[in-house]
Amino acid sequence: MIQVQDIRKAYNKVQALDGISFEVGKGELFGIIGPDGAGKSTLFRILTTLLLPDSGTALVDGLDVVKDYKKIRNRIGYMPGRFSLYQDLTVEENLNFFASLFGTTVEANYDLIKDIFIMLEPFRKRRAGALSGGMKQKLALSCALIHAPKVLFLDEPTTGVDPVSRKEFWEMLAKLKEKGITILVSTPYMDEASLCDRVGLMQDGRIFTIDTPQAITRSFPKDLWEISGEHVYKLLKVLEKFSFTHAVHAFGEVVHLSLPKGGAGSLEIMEYLLENGCGQAEIKRIDAGIEDCFMEYMNEYA
Amino acid sequence: MKIFGIFIRKEFWHIFRDKRTLLILFGMPVVQVILFGFAITNEIKEAKIAILDKSHDHLTRQISNKLLSSGYFILYSQPESDNQLEKAFQEGKTKLAVVFEPEFAQRLNKDRHAGIQLIADATDPNTANMLIGYASAIIRNWQMDFLGNPKLPYTITPEVKMVYNPEMKSVFMFVPGVITIILMLVSAMMTSIAVTREKELGTMEVLLASPIKPFFIIVGKVIPYLVLSLFNASVILMLGTFLFGMPIEGNLLLLMAEVTLFIITSLALGIFISTRTSSQQTAMMISLMALMLPTIILSGFIFPVENMPLPLQVISNIIPAKWFIIIVKSIMLKGVGLGEILKETLILTGMAAFFIALSVKNFKIRLE
Repeated sequence: MIQVQDIRKAYNKVQALDGISFEVGKGELFGIIGPDGAGKSTLFRILTTLLLPDSGTALVDGLDVVKDYKKIRNRIGYMPGRFSLYQDLTVEENLNFFASLFGTTVEANYDLIKDIFIMLEPFRKRRAGALSGGMKQKLALSCALIHAPKVLFLDEPTTGVDPVSRKEFWEMLAKLKEKGITILVSTPYMDEASLCDRVGLMQDGRIFTIDTPQAITRSFPKDLWEISGEHVYKLLKVLEKFSFTHAVHAFGEVVHLSLPKGGAGSLEIMEYLLENGCGQAEIKRIDAGIEDCFMEYMNEYA
Repeated sequence: MKIFGIFIRKEFWHIFRDKRTLLILFGMPVVQVILFGFAITNEIKEAKIAILDKSHDHLTRQISNKLLSSGYFILYSQPESDNQLEKAFQEGKTKLAVVFEPEFAQRLNKDRHAGIQLIADATDPNTANMLIGYASAIIRNWQMDFLGNPKLPYTITPEVKMVYNPEMKSVFMFVPGVITIILMLVSAMMTSIAVTREKELGTMEVLLASPIKPFFIIVGKVIPYLVLSLFNASVILMLGTFLFGMPIEGNLLLLMAEVTLFIITSLALGIFISTRTSSQQTAMMISLMALMLPTIILSGFIFPVENMPLPLQVISNIIPAKWFIIIVKSIMLKGVGLGEILKETLILTGMAAFFIALSVKNFKIRLE
């Protein structure tokens, strides 16, 4: 459904996209995972025909994003990164406006947005600017869906949204996927990666790897330990000096320590921590998450 | 075509739901007309004068009466001495003093020569000049009446006649000016802000990614402002006519057609500005600095173009407002038809076409 071949794009001297290639199949929920400034929005704007790539080709539904931009604009739904609805129009007016923009009506495609719109129903007369973050996002999704697009581009749809609404949002995406809509979604939240069929890890205009979230975490090449119970900062400082350490990162209240496969066992780690005055720490062997993999790739490419 | 109506309706929603926009749109014209009409006037009407009559004879009284019955002056004080006169000026209320020398009537009879001194407060030079002019004219008039037929074999008396605005009312000057400024403001500034607002809020991104043609986006933006501008122009014309007695000598339809032409020029300018800027603030600053200022200063609204240094006169030619003000004045005051203002109309049409072409060329189907 989407084919991207070696897309490059520079703003002045900053290389925003540095040779991006990937493919998304029909009905797939594909996630682009990466921190702010990775180039996700630029990629989305090129695919939604809003920007021209410097080089490379991209096809959406078999159509070239440069030559066939007019046809593509009929077939896609796009939800930009920031809230991009008319704040001074009501929920209903926004929906009707975007429906007529695509020459359709809310009624014609109502079953597609029904699940989402039911939640918005009580606020239909309220101005979009006065909605909560989660509601705004649902409205934006409804507006992007109202013309039954073949491909849905969602640029950081869950940024700035509360955890409950985020969860609801991903449930909605799963339902849309069942209806056969191809979805390309970007997010800086690593924990959302597991909800995608496949993900691409993106940083500094490049994609490190593309695979299913499970395959990515399974291929983590190191032993991973979670260490907790002490001051995180102290643990970090101490573990950085551990001779076996490959990498150590803070994950909120805990520290993730990666060591070469079979490099050191729990005894050796405990012993080292004791020697360095961190005897209270608890250690636990864990499976890698997407974030660990992301860090690992960043290390590798740095 | 249906999408057109939807865009226009949406734009009206934006306008009517934003108090600031409403205030500018509907408050501004009325405030400006009232301001220019009542406050900022340079007409002479009932100026306060002092008369220091050192003679007190029948002739000085005759002249004084003539001055005071003209309607331009009212007697504010009658100082008894030069010192008192000085004080009267220092108080600030007295704008002009008329001083008759002692034994005025006797001297005039005996020597055929007598002096009247006119002293004006020149802190406001324009007013001072005008007061002196009016007073001198009245005294000259009296002199002619008094002397009867001049004994001289040849005399040349220039007869000054002000045409088109015989009473030199400034309202005739500012109504065209205010229309011009308001139309510029509403059409150019408001549309450039309306378009950049969509860019700022990110809705432009969604509009561009939709199958809607950019042409429709723009025309949908422009039509509501065209309607509102026409409405505003009508309000100003009505205020000018009914409140200040400004005539519309020429054809009203022709006038409105020219107004529409100017609105289209301004709208095109506004769209052009919005294609080059991405924030409301910049759009507003550019509209104010690059459009409003030259419109006010160089169009001949406040300062006559003929009095400007040559370089500015040349620059004034590229200000659409200059040509529009000429057109409006010609139609309203002189009552001319299209034939007499063909040149100005063609120039304005050319400018409109140029800016439309420029903004169409600059309007992007993409984000950059």
